[in-house]
Amino acid sequence: MKDERKYLFDDPKNIKRLLNIFYLCCVVLVILDFVIHRHTMHEWDSLWAFYPIYGFVGCVVLVLVATWMRKLLMRSEDYYDSRSIESVSPDSLNKKALSKNAINEKGACHVDD
Amino acid sequence: MWMIDLPPFVPFFIGALMLLFTRGMLRSAIMLAVPILSALHLWMMPEGVHLQFAFFDYQLIPYRVDKLSLMFGYVFHIAALIGIIYSLHLRDTLQQVAAMLYAGSALGAVFAGDLLTLFIFWELLAFTSVFLILARRTQRAYDAAMRYLIIQVLSGVILLAGALFYAAENNSLAFGYIGLDSIAGWLIFIAFGIKCAFPFAHNWLTDAYPEATVTGTVFLSAFTTKIAVYALARAYPGAEILVYIGAAMTCFPIFFAVIENDLRRVLAYSLINQVGFMVVGIGIGTALAINGAVAHAFNDVIFKGLLFMSMGAVLHMTGRINGSDLGGLYKTMPKTTILCIVGAASISAFPLFSGFVSKSMVMTAALEEGFDWVWLMLLFASAGVFHHAGIKIPYFAFFAHDSGIRATDPPNNMLLAMAIAAALCIAIGIYPQALYSLLPYDTGYNPYDATHVLAQTQLLFFSALAFVWLNLKGMYPPELRSTVLDFDWFYRRAIPSALQNAFSVIWRVDRAIRDAVKLRLTTYLGYFAGKNDRLSILLSRDYPTGSMAMWVAVVLAVYLLLSFIA
Repeated sequence: MKDERKYLFDDPKNIKRLLNIFYLCCVVLVILDFVIHRHTMHEWDSLWAFYPIYGFVGCVVLVLVATWMRKLLMRSEDYYDSRSIESVSPDSLNKKALSKNAINEKGACHVDD
Repeated sequence: MWMIDLPPFVPFFIGALMLLFTRGMLRSAIMLAVPILSALHLWMMPEGVHLQFAFFDYQLIPYRVDKLSLMFGYVFHIAALIGIIYSLHLRDTLQQVAAMLYAGSALGAVFAGDLLTLFIFWELLAFTSVFLILARRTQRAYDAAMRYLIIQVLSGVILLAGALFYAAENNSLAFGYIGLDSIAGWLIFIAFGIKCAFPFAHNWLTDAYPEATVTGTVFLSAFTTKIAVYALARAYPGAEILVYIGAAMTCFPIFFAVIENDLRRVLAYSLINQVGFMVVGIGIGTALAINGAVAHAFNDVIFKGLLFMSMGAVLHMTGRINGSDLGGLYKTMPKTTILCIVGAASISAFPLFSGFVSKSMVMTAALEEGFDWVWLMLLFASAGVFHHAGIKIPYFAFFAHDSGIRATDPPNNMLLAMAIAAALCIAIGIYPQALYSLLPYDTGYNPYDATHVLAQTQLLFFSALAFVWLNLKGMYPPELRSTVLDFDWFYRRAIPSALQNAFSVIWRVDRAIRDAVKLRLTTYLGYFAGKNDRLSILLSRDYPTGSMAMWVAVVLAVYLLLSFIA
């Protein structure tokens, strides 16, 4: 079923418009720093544009660190789904188990006799 | 009159019983009537102890009302009502009864005035809520439910042990300030900590909540962790360790939330992040901080419920919840989109939304008490929560690339529930005095001063700017079908496989030892038999069998002979 209707953000112009309004808001917020006298509670937040810079840098760092974490922690979607442990981690753990099995066929499994 | 003093869990339990014997419109009416009547009843309750009796040497207090418990009592009624409206379309007795019992257990725990009553409801919370996960009726949900149940029951058992220690030390079971200067204090602290999703004990939450049913998650997100927050606020206000635990809880989940694909799991991580703010508030322990923690718990139940409801609506209508499968839903689900954005704005603490008026109390208290670094962490977490819950959730579900899904808005009862929650978020944000008047302390705090509003708005807008910039640069991590490993990897993978390896080694060694011993025994036997063969003829193995038969016959004949003689 193909939907032929045009929606609000199907037009790139609207996205552009929205983003421009957003950029304008950001600029205004920084300028307001000079207009409104802030009674600060701490030496850090009396720095010029402390909150904008902290928010921006914080989020960029957050995303970069998270992206890096992906390399370390990401696995396939069905990583936990498989019921048996052996078949899921074929790389390191299983090879060892297999090689041991090959050497000593007896007693490599749970069953005693 | 005894009816007046009925604890709030009783109507819920009776209601659950009645649900079993009714159906259709009548059942819906009962489900709606229970929280409304119970809330009206609670509203008229004065503070004080309303029910107590002696149990052996101890005084049990199943119903104690004070400002702290009332606050949680009110919000649990609101959450129960919203959750029930949200699930009115269901035709599933299991879920409806379980949800009713679960809400009742939460209310029982909140108004418990002694540790034994608390323990009973603590365990009931686990046993009733697990059915909301099981009701999904998939293998994944079943596995997650079992892990959830084990951890929850473990928390209860530790609580019971702590309560017994406490009773032995203080000769009382009263549930009040406990503190961390005894074994009992630490045991109870750990029990609360597990339910509160402290770091390393948090995976039951991110594991089980996204596996629960669409409506079940809405109930789950409201009660269990908030009970733990309430219990911590009563027993450990001002325990400094909580400040650092809470600060860690606000920060680490946001990294996972950014890369997680299942949007309800993203919300589960952000739930831990929000609970972190409350834990910090309790740890600081000043009047303002406790107020902030309690107010934030109140607001969180509503806005987190709203977010879970909106994602539940998406799951219900499209059958999908992964960010990688969704997108462009604003076109055909405009109402859900707007309601979700209200929830997102509230959790991100935009001025004029509910999160702003409560989170700022905790942040201000952190600065006032000199926790500078913690304050910086909280500020980072505020930016981060906007990033993943405020932007990522609505963006990947409703905007982003067009997934081609053209699902309509959910049934009216779902929309109504979300609308009530959204209205509360905005109402509390605009008129916080109503909320503040219910808080345990009177601090005269006003969130709406120019400095604070400007600072928060700047922080949020520039976090959004970071998102826009990273997205335009193509540096934002795309939603990928994946599993992200967390601490639960240790008990779901590492420990089981380590145990399996260990046992395989143990069995092998065991077999080798047995074989060696058997061999030795056979050798000895052979040795003695050989010796015997050489020494004796009668008992030797070489002697024919027939000779033994003959000797037996001889012996019997001698017996016979003797019997004749005697």
